[in-house]
Order: sequence, then structure tokens, then C-alpha cells
Amino acid sequence: MAIAPARPDVLVIGGGLHGCSTALHLARRGIKALVIEKDHAGRHASGVNAGGVRRLGRAFPEVPLSVAAMALWHAIGDLVDDDCGFESHGQVKVAESAADLAVLAARVAKLNDLGFTHEELIGADELRRLLPAVAPHCVGGIVSRADGAALPYRTVLAFRNAAIRAGARFLEGAPAGPPVRAGGLWRVPVGDQVHEAPVLVNAAGAWADRIAAALGEPVPLEVIAPMLMITARMPAFVTPVVGATARPLSFKQFANGTVLIGGGHRGVAERDRNATALDFAKLAFNARTAAEIFPIMAGAQIMRAWAGIEARMPDDLPVIGPSIASEAAYHAFGFSAHGFQLGPIVGAILADLIATGTSALPIAPFSIARFAQAAAKAG
Amino acid sequence: MTAQFPTSDTVSYDTKSDTKARDLPKAVDLAVVGAGPAGLAAATLAASAGLSVLLLDENAGPGGQVYRAITTSPLGEGRVLGPDYWSGAALAREMLASGATYVPGATVWSLSRELELGVSVGGQAHLVQARRVILATGALERPMPIPGWTLPGVMTAGGAQTLLKSSGLVPEGRIVLAGCGPLLWLLAAQYLEAGVRLEAILDTTARENWRAALPEAFGFLTSPYFRKGLALLRKVRAAVRIISGVTTLAAEGDESVTAVRYATAGGESGRIELDTLLLHQGVVPNVNLANAAGIPLVWDAEQLCFRPDVDAAGTSPVAGLAVAGDGAGIGGALGAAERGRLAALAAIAALKPGAPVLAQRPQVEAALHKALRGRAFLDRLYRPADGFRRPAPDTIACRCEEVTARQVTETVALGCAGPNQLKSFLRTGMGPCQGRMCGLTISELMAEAQGVTPAEIGYYRLRAPVKPISVAELASLPKDESAMKSVERG
Repeated sequence: MAIAPARPDVLVIGGGLHGCSTALHLARRGIKALVIEKDHAGRHASGVNAGGVRRLGRAFPEVPLSVAAMALWHAIGDLVDDDCGFESHGQVKVAESAADLAVLAARVAKLNDLGFTHEELIGADELRRLLPAVAPHCVGGIVSRADGAALPYRTVLAFRNAAIRAGARFLEGAPAGPPVRAGGLWRVPVGDQVHEAPVLVNAAGAWADRIAAALGEPVPLEVIAPMLMITARMPAFVTPVVGATARPLSFKQFANGTVLIGGGHRGVAERDRNATALDFAKLAFNARTAAEIFPIMAGAQIMRAWAGIEARMPDDLPVIGPSIASEAAYHAFGFSAHGFQLGPIVGAILADLIATGTSALPIAPFSIARFAQAAAKAG
Repeated sequence: MTAQFPTSDTVSYDTKSDTKARDLPKAVDLAVVGAGPAGLAAATLAASAGLSVLLLDENAGPGGQVYRAITTSPLGEGRVLGPDYWSGAALAREMLASGATYVPGATVWSLSRELELGVSVGGQAHLVQARRVILATGALERPMPIPGWTLPGVMTAGGAQTLLKSSGLVPEGRIVLAGCGPLLWLLAAQYLEAGVRLEAILDTTARENWRAALPEAFGFLTSPYFRKGLALLRKVRAAVRIISGVTTLAAEGDESVTAVRYATAGGESGRIELDTLLLHQGVVPNVNLANAAGIPLVWDAEQLCFRPDVDAAGTSPVAGLAVAGDGAGIGGALGAAERGRLAALAAIAALKPGAPVLAQRPQVEAALHKALRGRAFLDRLYRPADGFRRPAPDTIACRCEEVTARQVTETVALGCAGPNQLKSFLRTGMGPCQGRMCGLTISELMAEAQGVTPAEIGYYRLRAPVKPISVAELASLPKDESAMKSVERG
């Protein structure tokens, strides 16, 4: 196999949002990345997710990253020269019972203790002011007013194009073989060529466990297929993105009146076929949830349903940070169906780690070491 | 805008079915989707061989598009619709007597690779498991995106023919037909037979198509369609003003269409005032359910459309799933019935290997061969011109989202890779037509903008529901315990 000419500084495996963002932030530091993508940028979870740009309801370890990412989202045009379809109409999590509301109140109190004030507890009146069409049984909720939503594929493409303009290169339609470290270089076979670079980034999404295994640190990655539905146009009845507390839902109405229902039960992912299968019995459950929280939805016509291929970790937290088993290798995967909003900041974190060896953000909870420890305990 | 057409008595025998969704079988040997010629023939043959057959169709009666309302048409067995139309009655009668469970008013909105069908009847959703499935979902009219094609008063010829067949209705006022293809001339002849006056036919058949078609002319001379076609053309040409070699068309009007402007290859141009403009440029396979079930689509460069990747018997790469009739590639109604029979024979061979009916296969193949004679001639003669498939920049390509051709090519310039990525930018293919009225236009525009073939650019990845289904209908599916366990977070 021939060694590819024009050796980059970093090989990034995976052209999803995190791979593209990493390539962009590296390029802004003058570090040249080659992104190796088996399909095309944004083909899977990054390009077909619900597009929620959400700090609301995040697991506590993710909150500092999510807050930093939101600052980037509100100036996304400065970063990628495209608005990514980002609109900030807030996100609301609905409490359907007093018990739900108690859970949310405790959460907001803990966030406040940690110094975060973006989530606000609201009662029934403010809930109805924000969501006039919400069902009578809903008693309150939490709101994060500066959250919003963006267009996923447009966002990935904007990051990819900005990275290319800044000096990154992309190989698309190019499945990467297992990386091998030799002579101070990572070597990644692609077709009949081998690409070499001193540094490797694993941003391979639902396929990232294969790269991690090649690096000597297998992880318990589950391949999942979050399902989404979109309806025909409805009269405008909801502006913020809406979720529920005790059951899964993500709900958004676009400016053109169509409604996106996601965040519910999953379909079936077949990653070796690059395919997903919808499970209509489970989609029916999601439809019931939507119609129970917004009764107007009962008559909505579903036009299309789809699913993306995504990686989920057992603790629903991503893997971000350096490899433990190999030198000069870094991970950004396993975002467990809530990585879209983090994309802009995760690329910055990886670029910082690669360029300076450290990140100003608290990334220790996302270390791949937690699975090595789990494996050692189990062993 | 429509007037009731004087009719004879309706056909007397009753085809109403009492089958309700709650009576739908949970499992069958063979499910057939679509009760046009292919589906009727397939269901009849399979039921006669002893398979349990469920025939699902969204119309009120059997016949599909070509034999629409064959059992209920108010026009009776008279001359208006012609003897070919009434030959469909035999197919319908045989199916009703065959023992197949026929469910009209049934919308099939999903089909999994494991051959589980999602079906709605009367607002109630159900899942049905089949051992084999034959899709006989037929054809759709190819979009004809000319300036002004979204104005009220502009319809497709097929839509107008549906009104004629099912309700005996014809548009009021001055009517102009524009485009190309057998159905355009057939509708003109049916209108003339019904005493309807046509202002003009604007024929967009390109002159060079005759040269391309000529080598296939012999096949057409021996085709069952030849005599009929010739007689039909003569009759229409004798009675209607025909403007040939039309290269550009534009519908004009503010609130509704009031005129059509045209220009011809010969340099002639003009404007005709009208109340109704009927457009048509051929039919293409209705591929949504086949593709959503996992059958890849291939580009047919001869017929300029995408079709499911199936063999001559309709066998697909998805185990147990076949496509028959025009849904597998345009071959006409007579061929569709034979293709339905071939697909049924494959299902019978798999489920009842010793069935005596399997011996019929050579006759069915011979009949299919005969029915398909002359198809290449028609494909080439009525090949729609580039300018009518790839609209000018300001013309709307996607009606649901009102997206122009210019927006499509500008998005390609941003780096948008293909039709599936375009959805995210412009929502093309995401509206109520589910890609049926824009898919080919979008693929062809993007291919041209990138300098590649439609085969390379591909088509929308089609997903269920392939027909809109209400949230309440979907929610009516029986609750499934396993659904409660797989909860998505985030």
C-alpha cells in the first residue's frame, strides 16, 4: 500500500459534527487535519437528528460544556460563516404531575448551587403563557430561555466547509481501516493508501468502538436508532422546543407549521448495512405522548418518519479526551443522542488538548478510563 | 369547475366489502398491495392455488388507476371509456370470486423488511404479518413543472381522467391539453366521445424522438396497442387543433389559470385563453413503498425514472418481497396483469411447491412478452424533453414547500451532496406529496448542476409512513409491552 502524499498533522476518523468541528478548531490554530469519512459528512446521527440546541435537562457533568457551547451557538455565524438555521426560542420541559414538578425543582436548586442559572422553574401560568396549547393536566415545568434549535445537516456542512476554508482536508466515501502506531506516527489504511500523521482523533460515532478497540481500549458502546416523525403543516401553536419529565419526548414546530416529534422510543440500527428500521409499535407510543401533552396533535398528519444511527454509552455520557492505552490519540464519541448542541465546543476542547495538552473545561467525567476501570472490576 | 356528465346506469353488481380493520387477519400467506391489473391478477392466481391472500387497496373499488371505478363508474359499459377500460371488469370479477380477502379503503403506510405491513382502515391502524408480499402500487404521472403549473385550473390529465372514470365529471369551460404520451391522447379521445370540446392539444413530443423510436417501430406494429393507438390518434387529429413540436409552455393567470403561452421548434408562438389546462408527460413507477421496505432504486435511462431493483418476475433483494406491474417499471396494463401472475407464481412456488398451477408459467411468460411488444417504441417516442423535466430557474420544482429550480441549484453550489441532504436545507420531499411530485425533478436538477447522471446523484431515501397517517391513527396501534422498555433519553 502506498503512503498518501501531503501528510497532515492530525487524522480525524469520522466526518460527523464532532469530527468536522475538531478539524475546524485545529485549522484555526494552524494545525492541519485530514478527516476520513466512510460516507459523506453528516450522513448519520449528526445530519438527521432533531436539531435541539439545549442546555436544559443535561446531566450535571455536561452542564459546563453545554453552557460554553451555547455561547458559541449564539455567535455561530462568526465561527462558520453560516447561521446553521439556529433560532433561539427557548426550551421547555413540562411537568405532568406534582411529582414531576418536585423532581424539576430539586434539579434547578442543585444547578443553582453549582452556579448555573439558565434553568428556571415555572408554574402553571407561565407554562401556559409559553405553551398555550399544552394539555390541562400539565402543572408547570422548567425553561431555558436562550436555548433553541438548528438545522442539523446544514450545521454539519457549515462546519465542514469552514474547516476546509481554514485548511483542513476531507476524504469522503472512504472507510478507514484500523489505525496502527509505528515510528511515532499513526497509520490509517484507506482503500489502497495509508494515511500517516502524528496524532489521531476518534470521532467515529456509532463505529467508534471499533477504533477504540484498535487502540487497545474496548468500550461497551451500544448502537441505537433514535426515531423522528414530521407532520404536515399545522396552525402555529408552539414556539419553544418542548420535552417531558417522566417520559421521553422532544417536540418542535418549525416556522412553516410542520411539527417534529422525536426523543422517544428507538428503532433498530443495523450499522453494518448503514441502515435503520423503524418500529411502528414504538412510534405509536411516541405519537400517544405527543397527543397527550398537546391535544391538538391528535389530528396532525405524519408525513415522514426516520431514524439515525448513533452511539450510546451505558452511563449516557460521551467519551471525550485522550486515549489511555495509546499515545497521541483522542476520543470524541458516544454522545448518546444528545451530542448535537455540544459539537461546537467539543472540537475546541480537542484542539486545545492536541495543541496544549490541556482543556480549560472540566472533562474528567468523560474519560475513557471509566470503562477500563469498569472492565478491570468486572475482570 | 366541474359539471356532471350524462351517464347511463351504473354497473349493477356490488363490490362493497364489510371488512373492517378489526377483522383484518393478523397473519397471511400473501399480502398484495394495490388492486390494479397487477394486484388483481396476482391475488386471483394465488388465492386459486390455496394461499391465504389479503388484497389491500386504498380506493373504494377494485381497478387501480387504469381500471379506476371499474365496478362503479357512472359511465356504464358504454363507448366513452372504450373497450380496453371495460376489459378490466373481468379481472375484478375473477378476483372477487377467487377467495382472496379484499379490503378496499385500506391505506398501507409501512412495510418492514420482515414483511410486517402497517395498514389503516377507517381511521384504525393495524399491523399484519405476511409470509410473502407483492407490491402492485402502479404508476404516477411524471411531474411537468412548467411556469404557472401550480395555479388553480392547471391539473394533470390523469387527474382529469380519474374524475371522468369515477364520477363522470369533466372540467367546465375551455380546455387545453398539453404534453405527450399515450394517456394524453386517450383522454382527448374519451372527451371527444363524451361530446366535450377541446380548444387545442399542445404536443410536446420532440421531432427527433421519431428518429430515435423508428428502429423499434416493428415491435410496435405487432403490439396489441398499435391498432388502438392509431385509430385513437386519427380520431383526435381529425377533431382537435393540434400544435406540434411545442418546446416551451407557460400557464398564465393571477388567481387561477386564464391562458397558456407556447412556442414551437418551428418558431411559431402563441397564447390560448382557457379555463382548464391539463398537463401530462407520461407515467413513472410509484416507488415509495418498495423503497421504504428496503428495495434499492435503480435509474432507468430509457424510461428516465427510478424503479425498484427487481428481476422480470418482480423478485427483489428483500426476502419474500416482490414488485409487479407498472410499479416495477412502466409496461402498461396488459403487461401488468401478466407480471402480477408471474409474481404470484413465485409466491406459490415458495409456499406450495407442488401446486399444479405452477405449470402455467410458460404461458404467462409468453403473454407478458406479447404484451410488452412495442414498449421501447413508446418509451422513445414519448420521451419527455429535457426542458420539461428540468424547469427554468424561476419555476417551482417542489410544490409542497414552493421551492424553485434556482433554489435547488444554489443549494448544490453550497456543497449539498444529493436529494437526501437537500431535505435538510429546503425541505423538498418532506411535504404532503412525500416526494411523488418533485422527486424526479429534484434528482435531475441536482444531477445537471453537479454534471453527473441521475444514477449517480440518486433519489430520495423513502421511508414510512409512505402515506400520511394521523397521530391519533398511529396512536391507535395496540400497545406493545416491549415499547415501554426501550426509552430514549436526551
